[in-house]
Amino acid sequence: MSATLVSQPSAAADRLRRGRNYARRYWMFAVPAAIVVAAVIVFPWIFTLFMSVHDWKVTGATPFVGLANYAKMLVDDRFQWAILRTLYFTAASVIAPVILGVWAAVCFSAKFRLRGVARTVFVLPMMATPVAISLVWTMMFHPQLGVLNYILSLAGIPPSAWVYSSSTVIPTLVMVETWQWTPLVMLIVLGGIASLPTDPYEAARLDGANAWQMFRHITYPLVWPFIVIAAVIRMIDALKAFDTIYVITLGGPGTSSETLNILLYQTAFAYYDLGYGSAMVVVFFVLILLISMLLLSVRQKAV
Amino acid sequence: MTMNRFEQRLRRFAGRVGLYFSVLMLISPAVLFFLWMASLALKNEADNTAYPPVFIPNPPTFANFVDVFAKNDFLRYTINSVIVSFSATGLALLLGVPAGYGIAKAKATKAAVLIMIARITPGLSYLIPLFLLFQWLGMIGTLTPLVITHLVITVPIVVWVMIGFFEGLPAELEEAALVDGATIWQAFRYVAMPLARPGITVAMILAFIFSWNNFIFGVVLAGRTTRTLPVAVYNVLTFEQISWGPLAAAALVVTAPVLLLTLLMQKEIVAGLTAGGVKGG
Repeated sequence: MSATLVSQPSAAADRLRRGRNYARRYWMFAVPAAIVVAAVIVFPWIFTLFMSVHDWKVTGATPFVGLANYAKMLVDDRFQWAILRTLYFTAASVIAPVILGVWAAVCFSAKFRLRGVARTVFVLPMMATPVAISLVWTMMFHPQLGVLNYILSLAGIPPSAWVYSSSTVIPTLVMVETWQWTPLVMLIVLGGIASLPTDPYEAARLDGANAWQMFRHITYPLVWPFIVIAAVIRMIDALKAFDTIYVITLGGPGTSSETLNILLYQTAFAYYDLGYGSAMVVVFFVLILLISMLLLSVRQKAV
Repeated sequence: MTMNRFEQRLRRFAGRVGLYFSVLMLISPAVLFFLWMASLALKNEADNTAYPPVFIPNPPTFANFVDVFAKNDFLRYTINSVIVSFSATGLALLLGVPAGYGIAKAKATKAAVLIMIARITPGLSYLIPLFLLFQWLGMIGTLTPLVITHLVITVPIVVWVMIGFFEGLPAELEEAALVDGATIWQAFRYVAMPLARPGITVAMILAFIFSWNNFIFGVVLAGRTTRTLPVAVYNVLTFEQISWGPLAAAALVVTAPVLLLTLLMQKEIVAGLTAGGVKGG
């Protein structure tokens, strides 16, 4: 091969140059996927915008109503409460998993016996089928027969109403969300810790720094960008949380755990008000996008 | 000097104890949860509703599992889930692996942003328009709408994982193939794709798991006979007010394949999740 390269340098160079020009033609590889993405992802986005300015029920005429669906949200108490509830649920479901996830990542980055097994077990909650684990949590929350109140009674703590009282339902759901999604934060931060240089730690150890000092002054500042990414991903997922809330409480008791996603489901598929539901989707999407961008700008400022 | 060494050793010992204690604290919620799930599934009804709770099934019974398959059409739902998840994963690989290659090679970051926005969008927002579309096409009540909507989950996962993998491959080998007169398709098919096999495995496992676990699309689009397992467990069992044993057994049946896959392929799964933070729905 090298012989041909030497004997015909111009032809080879020519072919190589053509190879570089292929860059544009690599698009062809993405065409089939692009068509499918356009059909199942982009088309729904556009059609949602279209429906959101119409009075669209499943049957009957679908008159154009302009921004009436959006105006309705401004006076819809149930929608506004759902937004507040979603923000409350999301804030708690970001903070708790991020703190626990960073702690877990620091622990799992140390070497110890059976680390692989422990890490796999730790990751299981996020891989398990959400509906299945939600049903088991529901049984555990049972006020009289549930195992959780029994455990509380062993510790001398009075029984909790868990998801059966409007004051404890959201903290309880946050607990389930934290149990389920702390592993994802751990994995992302662990990936960050794995990429760190080892020299600063050795220097710190020689200077007699303890574990907390090394975390506070070396790990934490270096891993900060990964923590922010984990927090943004966690926030997006918490805003969108559906399966666990739907299965465990269906938004109840009353509407005390009705987040935006649950209200959206009810509006579109229980009341079949597709126009109003679509307008909610648009607002929901903008909300997610704004909060994500806000958090990412925090990251840029901090670095 | 000896005092100093003793102190150092003590500190190291305390650190080890703290580490093991932390790890124990971190994994016990998961361990206890799944043990309790198994305990519920393996006990008879009297033990399941006893107070104080019975922790260890004595003797363990498989009657709950028999119940699940005998009293419901669970075999059909299992087949539905298998068809939907395998089709959605297979189609996503067929579409997504070349797409990931094309995007990585053309350095088309804008296409990656589109995938990222798809990741941000709540699953419900695809459902309203697609529900109308499938109704209009008369496809509600078949498995086709489920396979198509599951592509919303699987295609972005595959593309996302594959972009990362193809970007990490050295370009020299394909360039050599191109110099030798291979077409770009051949360079992809015979050079890049075999090298990216570990990436394809990661993408396949993650796409399959998140498709298998999906609930939201099925709950809207599935009819009585086209339910996938998660929908079936929720709909059939909770509406019939079935007792705890069979319910826990059914939940275990639904999630067992995913848990087994995670235990067997933990290295691949951890690699994939760390890279992308992917999750469907």
